[in-house]
Amino acid sequence: MNLLQIAAEEEQNPLIPPMPELVIGLIAFLIVFGLLAKKLLPRINEVLEERKAAIEGGMEKAEAAQIEAEQTLDQYKAQLAEARHEANRLREEAREQGSALIAEMRAEGQRQREEIIAAGHAQVEADKKAASLALRQDVGTLATELAGRLVGESLEDHARQSRVVDRFLDELEAKAADQSGTKAEAGA
Amino acid sequence: MSAADTTLAFDASCKIFVEGGCGFQSPGLHSFVFKPMFTVGGFEFNKPILLALVTTLVLCVFFWKAFASPKVVPGKLQMVAESGYDFVRRGIAYETLGKKEGEKWVPLLVSLFFFIWLMNLWSVIPLAQFPVTSIIAFPAALAILVYVTWLSLTFKRHGFVGGLKNLTGYDKSLGAVLPLVMLIEFFSNVLVRPFTHAVRLFANMFAGHLLLVMFTIATWFFLNSWGFAYAPVAFVMVMVMIAFELFIQAVQAYVFVVLTASYISGALEEAH
Repeated sequence: MNLLQIAAEEEQNPLIPPMPELVIGLIAFLIVFGLLAKKLLPRINEVLEERKAAIEGGMEKAEAAQIEAEQTLDQYKAQLAEARHEANRLREEAREQGSALIAEMRAEGQRQREEIIAAGHAQVEADKKAASLALRQDVGTLATELAGRLVGESLEDHARQSRVVDRFLDELEAKAADQSGTKAEAGA
Repeated sequence: MSAADTTLAFDASCKIFVEGGCGFQSPGLHSFVFKPMFTVGGFEFNKPILLALVTTLVLCVFFWKAFASPKVVPGKLQMVAESGYDFVRRGIAYETLGKKEGEKWVPLLVSLFFFIWLMNLWSVIPLAQFPVTSIIAFPAALAILVYVTWLSLTFKRHGFVGGLKNLTGYDKSLGAVLPLVMLIEFFSNVLVRPFTHAVRLFANMFAGHLLLVMFTIATWFFLNSWGFAYAPVAFVMVMVMIAFELFIQAVQAYVFVVLTASYISGALEEAH
């Protein structure tokens, strides 16, 4: 039996569907539909949602990170500016302090020098006074002793003694003063 | 009719140069009739049925491998399947039905699209070389399924009277011509629609297959006769037709699914 004979035998209307093919076509489709609708598409949908969430999450995260980075940068810039300002201020302050310190030290040095000089003067004055006092006493004593020895009499009486010596010394001083005054006049 | 007279040119036994060889046999309705491979109690298992079952098998295996354990970072196969899925989901379902209503119909539309496309594709796949959808039963089965789904959805949404109004395009403002419009609408929607839905696909595949067979037989015929110089022309036409068919197969699958979506959207639409 060949194809032409089959064709001749069968009712030839291509628009009349044969029943077995109709049923099998329907079943074949329903199997595919069932598998996709019940099992596979829900799974892939889940994953697609997950992917979408992951991508959106990632983007959000990146955005947040960028904002944070910008904030940090601003913060650092502000801190840097502040630090620079502070450093300037400190330098200025140090300079001021330094010059004040120097001035103070200079003043202190000056004061100390004057003090030392004054102390020196006072010391010299005191020494001079003490020396002249000691000298006067010593000279008195020595002169008295010498005079006593020379005249052979003991001038025991203290009051008299000192009066005599003082008078003697005053005379000496007056003489010296006269001499130096005439000297100074002669000099002038 | 002797056996030698009726051997077809595309039969392997066709020898043009032997005594009493075959002549040119143009393709026709007989090109769509197949010898049953085996028969079970009057049921004839033939090539289109085999191809339909292989279609189911291929689709199930393909989508199982792609989607059974999907990854957030997809492999190659999953990527390909996803792009096809996304095409139908966004390009057809969301586009026609909107995202909210469309989501529910995505599985139907996706499986329809890939089922029909592969059934069409067999036309140019070596060894198969027959579009299963050129047997009216297969498009008809799918069209009936869509028809039943659509009608039941219409009545479920709008109730019986509302459903009838929806189907007949009831609109009071039409006035006197309303009965006429309702008659035409009812005829076009309820009676003709499933027929056109199925036949559009069927006829495209039927005609495409005829053209392919035509040029293929012509190539073989010319090659075995003194007109062999024409064989390359016919062969080039075979190539051109294969390319054209690849395009038509995808387009027809797309059209079938888009129409399905638009029927459903008609059923969902509010009464006016």
